[in-house]
Amino acid sequence: MAIQSEERINGARKSKLIQGSTGAWEVVIGLEVHCQVLSKAKLFSGASTEFGADPNSQVSFVDAAMPGMLPVINKFCVEQAVRTGLGLKAEINLTSVFDRKNYFYADLPAGYQISQFKNPIVGEGEVLVDLPGGEVARVGIERLHLEQDAGKSIHDQSPDSSFVDLNRAGIALMEIVSRPDMRSSEEAAAYLKKLRAIVRYLGTCDGNMEEGSMRADVNVSVRKPGDPLNTRCEIKNMNSMRFIVQAIEYEARRQIDVLESGGRIKQETLLFDTKLGETRPMRSKEEAHDYRYFPDPDLLPLSFEQAWVDEIAASLPELPDAKKDRFTAMGLSTYDALVLVAEKETADYFEVMLAEGVDAKAAANWLNNEYFGRLNKAGLALSEGPVSAHANSEIVKMVGENIISSKGAKDVLDILWAEGGAPRSIVESRGLKQVTDTSAIEKAVDAVIAANPDKVEAAKAKPTLAGWFVGQVMKATGGKANPATVNALVKARLGIAEEG
Amino acid sequence: MSDLTDFTLAEARDAVAGKKISAKELTQGFVTAMEGARALNIFVTETPDIALKMAEASDARIAAGTARPLEGLPLGIKDLYCTKGVRTTAGSKILENYVPQYESTVSQNLWDNGAVMLGKLNLDEFAMGSSNETSAYGPCISPWRAKDSKTALVPGGSSGGSSAAVAARLCLGATATDTGGSIRTPAAVTGTVGIKPTYGRCSRWGIVAFASSLDQAGPIAKTVRDTAILLKAMASIDDKDSTSVDLPVPDYEAGIEGGVKGLRIGIPKEYRVEGTDPEIAAVWEKGAEWLKAQGAEIVEVSLPHTKYALPTYYIVAPAECSSNLARYDGVRFGHRAADPKDLIDLYERSRAEGFGAEVRRRILIGTYVLSAGYYDAYYLRAQKLRTLIKRDFEEAYKKCDMLLTPATPSPAFAIGEKIADPVTMYLYDVFTVTVNLAGLPALVVPAGLNTAGLPLGLQLIGKAFDEATLFRAGRALEIAADLKAKPQNWWSQ
Repeated sequence: MAIQSEERINGARKSKLIQGSTGAWEVVIGLEVHCQVLSKAKLFSGASTEFGADPNSQVSFVDAAMPGMLPVINKFCVEQAVRTGLGLKAEINLTSVFDRKNYFYADLPAGYQISQFKNPIVGEGEVLVDLPGGEVARVGIERLHLEQDAGKSIHDQSPDSSFVDLNRAGIALMEIVSRPDMRSSEEAAAYLKKLRAIVRYLGTCDGNMEEGSMRADVNVSVRKPGDPLNTRCEIKNMNSMRFIVQAIEYEARRQIDVLESGGRIKQETLLFDTKLGETRPMRSKEEAHDYRYFPDPDLLPLSFEQAWVDEIAASLPELPDAKKDRFTAMGLSTYDALVLVAEKETADYFEVMLAEGVDAKAAANWLNNEYFGRLNKAGLALSEGPVSAHANSEIVKMVGENIISSKGAKDVLDILWAEGGAPRSIVESRGLKQVTDTSAIEKAVDAVIAANPDKVEAAKAKPTLAGWFVGQVMKATGGKANPATVNALVKARLGIAEEG
Repeated sequence: MSDLTDFTLAEARDAVAGKKISAKELTQGFVTAMEGARALNIFVTETPDIALKMAEASDARIAAGTARPLEGLPLGIKDLYCTKGVRTTAGSKILENYVPQYESTVSQNLWDNGAVMLGKLNLDEFAMGSSNETSAYGPCISPWRAKDSKTALVPGGSSGGSSAAVAARLCLGATATDTGGSIRTPAAVTGTVGIKPTYGRCSRWGIVAFASSLDQAGPIAKTVRDTAILLKAMASIDDKDSTSVDLPVPDYEAGIEGGVKGLRIGIPKEYRVEGTDPEIAAVWEKGAEWLKAQGAEIVEVSLPHTKYALPTYYIVAPAECSSNLARYDGVRFGHRAADPKDLIDLYERSRAEGFGAEVRRRILIGTYVLSAGYYDAYYLRAQKLRTLIKRDFEEAYKKCDMLLTPATPSPAFAIGEKIADPVTMYLYDVFTVTVNLAGLPALVVPAGLNTAGLPLGLQLIGKAFDEATLFRAGRALEIAADLKAKPQNWWSQ
């Protein structure tokens, strides 16, 4: 498995090596990502999945594992898993099997979790991960399977007892298992980000890591470049990109230190302590579980027709990679296109602008250089930003129509940001309209030339000084003159030839 | 007119429908009989108030002309069926105070057909046993006694309360369940009729699970006709049970007098098991002769993997039970140990205190056969054998329409006789477990009495979903056997 996946990686990709006392080490990372399926009802019961309800208010008899209760598969969750599999360019298995994973815990009512062990619904696929510098890493997907979530144990409400909330028990999860194809914490974060974008584009998971609807178990090992894979450790239940990066870096360093001091890596399950920034073992070896997997006799094998898969495939939305290709074909740089497709909201926002007929490249530049910068500075998400896609379209269009200058565009944005309003009426009422009346600009040019005869002589000798005149004219017109017109007029009056 | 508890279900149905007797009178008669038979320990929970209330409602319907097929007919319910608002113990201490807030599909089907609930019937704990001796509520005692003997006999298991209640005329019929013979063994040793339907014929929803791939609900009653009437009412397709099968439920009763002319009856040679009581071997031969005399053709067939059935069963069933019973952990319902020091202690003591020895034994066996390193050697091989056993039947059915076999290797034994040795007890299922492994239907019909005056039963094994033909052949056996004997009432106070 390890050797095979090794060949999957793009040869050109540089590993981010870590220096140890005995030389450079390579970190090898694989992710198991649990995505909560976007569905109103649970995987095997009709109970609601809404987040934030009162404890134990969304629990059916099946979820509570009352005697004699039986699971019945929610077909919509199956459809969501198939949709996700298609989005991962993966093999869809027309027959799969639900197994029981047996273990005791207070928030696992039946004493087993229904999961898919030997025969998952989705087989091998891949995710293309865009790395800084334009590199693309190919991360193999080993499988995707459906399983139930457990409930939640609450230990901090009482000094002498624990509480259990079963609202989450039975909610459908997709576990997406990657190959150990990532070579740095940044790659792992980029993979997770891409995976999140894909499921959000597909509408199969909301990707909300804070609410726990997307969580990752991170497998980390280190080796000398070219060596076979080493023993790995699994960091459980991570739900923040930032902590994943920190945890991988800490863990890789820890393993390197162990190996370099002559020790061996013990395969174990770890937790990341976010306060200390350290990984530590989760449970002792003696309590290692034997899950006693076997096919769930309450459920028949899950089977469906290829025709149904084809129907789902036909309804698939455009995914980030395809969108990126479409955007670059419109003239956007790869970088700009990647920024725009990385988040579904961003892409949707940009699509609204395109639909309103903006120039794609101008709009992309405007968003990436101007609007997103301001959002970042203010610490706002796109959805929280004060300016609508329509308003930004209007600004970009007015620049294109020579109604406002790029300086004017920024002024309009300032006003929109602070006060709101409609861009075109702001331009009107605030007199931000660009001066395109040549006679007015000519007057201003003439006035500047007349007032600065010494500079005129100097500019004639050194044509680059013409810029000073342009600046003066812009100042005199309050920034409303069209800079190109000013430039042309200044040069004509000074007798400087237009280059080119 | 004889005592109304002597009515068959069909007779009572006609008497009530014809207004010769009210549902309330009928029900009161059975309530009195039930209350007078406590020495037999048949009911875990008696529900006379519910019974009389349901009977009154039935009388109102009869008066209004809106009677349903089982209107006003009192039944006993195996205490493995969850009954809304009525304690459901599964014969276990761990569910001693468990009151479900839902009604099993099968019992709901019966109430929707107008039947009346007398109470909840004793059973082996979680249906694990062949003699009703593993019940946490004490063994159920058979109304039958050998000639000139006062030795208490077992009513079979696990549905011992169901068979004993019918044999003792405490109800017109009873629900039961069968995972490895739990309907057929009790029927065979109490002179009653019981059918284990095809897997998927009755919904399992709301029935406390033992081994999900083997469990199936069915009725025990006095006659083949009564059993046919009850199965019709119990069976249904159920969206809440993914393994229930979407096939129409025929009117079994309508066809039972159709005879066996032209039917090919297979006699599997592997069922001539050493150690089988000679009187049972004799009644088996007699049964074949009776069917032949009525026009059936008798053919010898082979089920070569029969000898693997018991070991296969005692791997598959415990494996599933070990997982199914994990939910009884003291956390949400059922018995909870006092003052647990932590979660593990809560689990260990709640389960050790709540489960009896046989249940604990099967959980241990099941946990073992599913463990890493043993799974392939036990569970996986058992699954492969199960396929071969199923194939045996498919091959046999190329030569015949159904099989005739003994139901048990011996008649009812004394309480305490086998309970100390689990393997001896397991061997008692030798003729019944194959049917569950293959998912097939099988009917047990009383065929005679032994020299001690105890009932002996025969088993008819049918093709999947061909219960109708089984009832037909069962009726033919019933006519030929013409058994009039019933246990004399020695138990009433």
